[in-house]
Amino acid sequence: MLNYFKNMWLGVYTVLVGLRLTLIHLFSRNVTVQYPDERYPIPPNARNRLYLDPELCDACLRCAKACPVNCISIESLRAVPGLTPPLKNGDKRNLWVTHYEIDFAKCCFCGLCTEPCPTNAINTTTEFEYSTTKREDLIYTFVKMSDEEKKEKEEQLAIYQAEQKKKKAAEAEAKAKAEAEAKTKAVNETKNDN
Amino acid sequence: MEQNFVNMLIENPWIAALIIVVIPLVFVVIYALIAILGELKIASFVQERLGPMRTGWKGTMQPVAEVVKLLQKEDITPDAADKPLFNLAPFLMFAAAFAGFAVIPFSPYFLPAGIELGLFYVFAIGSLGVIGLVMGGWASNNKYSLLGAMRSVAQIVSYEIPAAIAILSIATLSGSLNLNVISDNQSGWFWNWYIFGGPGPWWKILVIPFTLGLGLIYLISTLAETNRTPFDIPEGESEIVAGYHTEYSGMKFAMFFFAEYANMFIVAAILMLLFFGGWNSPFGDFLNQWWMQPVWFILKAFFWVFLTIWLRWTLPRLRVDQLMYMSWKVLLPWGFVCFFAVSLFVMLK
Repeated sequence: MLNYFKNMWLGVYTVLVGLRLTLIHLFSRNVTVQYPDERYPIPPNARNRLYLDPELCDACLRCAKACPVNCISIESLRAVPGLTPPLKNGDKRNLWVTHYEIDFAKCCFCGLCTEPCPTNAINTTTEFEYSTTKREDLIYTFVKMSDEEKKEKEEQLAIYQAEQKKKKAAEAEAKAKAEAEAKTKAVNETKNDN
Repeated sequence: MEQNFVNMLIENPWIAALIIVVIPLVFVVIYALIAILGELKIASFVQERLGPMRTGWKGTMQPVAEVVKLLQKEDITPDAADKPLFNLAPFLMFAAAFAGFAVIPFSPYFLPAGIELGLFYVFAIGSLGVIGLVMGGWASNNKYSLLGAMRSVAQIVSYEIPAAIAILSIATLSGSLNLNVISDNQSGWFWNWYIFGGPGPWWKILVIPFTLGLGLIYLISTLAETNRTPFDIPEGESEIVAGYHTEYSGMKFAMFFFAEYANMFIVAAILMLLFFGGWNSPFGDFLNQWWMQPVWFILKAFFWVFLTIWLRWTLPRLRVDQLMYMSWKVLLPWGFVCFFAVSLFVMLK
């Protein structure tokens, strides 16, 4: 009998406690963020879409090697020393990047590519809303040289290489000449000694 | 007391009758939309969400969108269903809920049907809804529908008894079954309400605990009768899908939906008329003009609707045996105790 009254009291009391709790929540601040209209601030070190600064990239391929899923593909061309502008940060440009693309369908946003980059050309950004309906649209081409440009660069390189070859050949000739001269000199000296 | 302002304005009795019928219908539809929105919004605010925000200003057109969606949906009748009964059930349920409005006085000047046995009528016609419910469950020819209907009927039939006892006590206290007269008896300040013993000599304080208890008993029983949450065992997604309306879709489902909300308003109205002074202002003559009385009535009824929604997001459901325990072992004996006390008070007064 005592249990009966106790149950009844508990029934009423716990309902009142619950009602008080829900009433407090009814008038407390809502936590919903209305996403497309307002959004959470993204921390600046968030690892989202990658960005490559073409003016800083020297095509050293370290990012492509670091990538665990092989989503970065780079093609490059040797640069001609005299005719090549330096990189944005003033470093010497050794290679021209003719083609640089990242496939974000493959990318796992690990950020390993940003670490070995000597010039900080590749970086993670906070941009994350870039879904598309086609998989091809996720392949981002950051650098793509036109064929003419490429041809020009190749010609320049060919001329340079030819020049270098000539130079080398001339040098080699000069060297050989000098050696031969030295030899004859030495021979003459020994002759004189005798 | 004048029964109906429409009869005073319009000579032709047929047109007047039509208008009298249409007013509660329009009211039910608008009220149901507001209640659905309230349900969505209060649910989300309790959970610290925002709820629907995209349809209209802050999502206020969401219930309209939902009803339009329901109207557009394909109306499916299962092959194995008993078609006449299947199609009749939602209609019967809504008709039963809507028929209750015949005796609800929104103000002393608007009582659609001025019958003396209003309280008895509303209780009798309310029970008709159970037939629609079991009809729908049976005619669907679906095990979940049948189980849901049986659970629903068992629950409603058990809880009608404590509710009837609460109503009976108020009928003894007021000496009338006409809802307009019952409301009129409680005019004046709020201590004249029947939840506080009704108008009477100072020693009516002795009866206040019992009338408070009766109010609580009636409130709990009506929650169960309208299948609201602590007692919503007729529905159960994990056990019996959607209960008796599992097989219904489109307009017929909307009818069940409207019937449920209309029932909610009827029991809220009865609770307000019996215990909380009906269309009377709580503060004597303050704001008690003829145009303010329906506003008071609707505000009071909406408070009850708010309370049921609030309870829904507070309490878990009861088990079936707990449900029966509550009805037969708690509400019924205490209802009798209160009934005797109130009767004794009326005899001595």
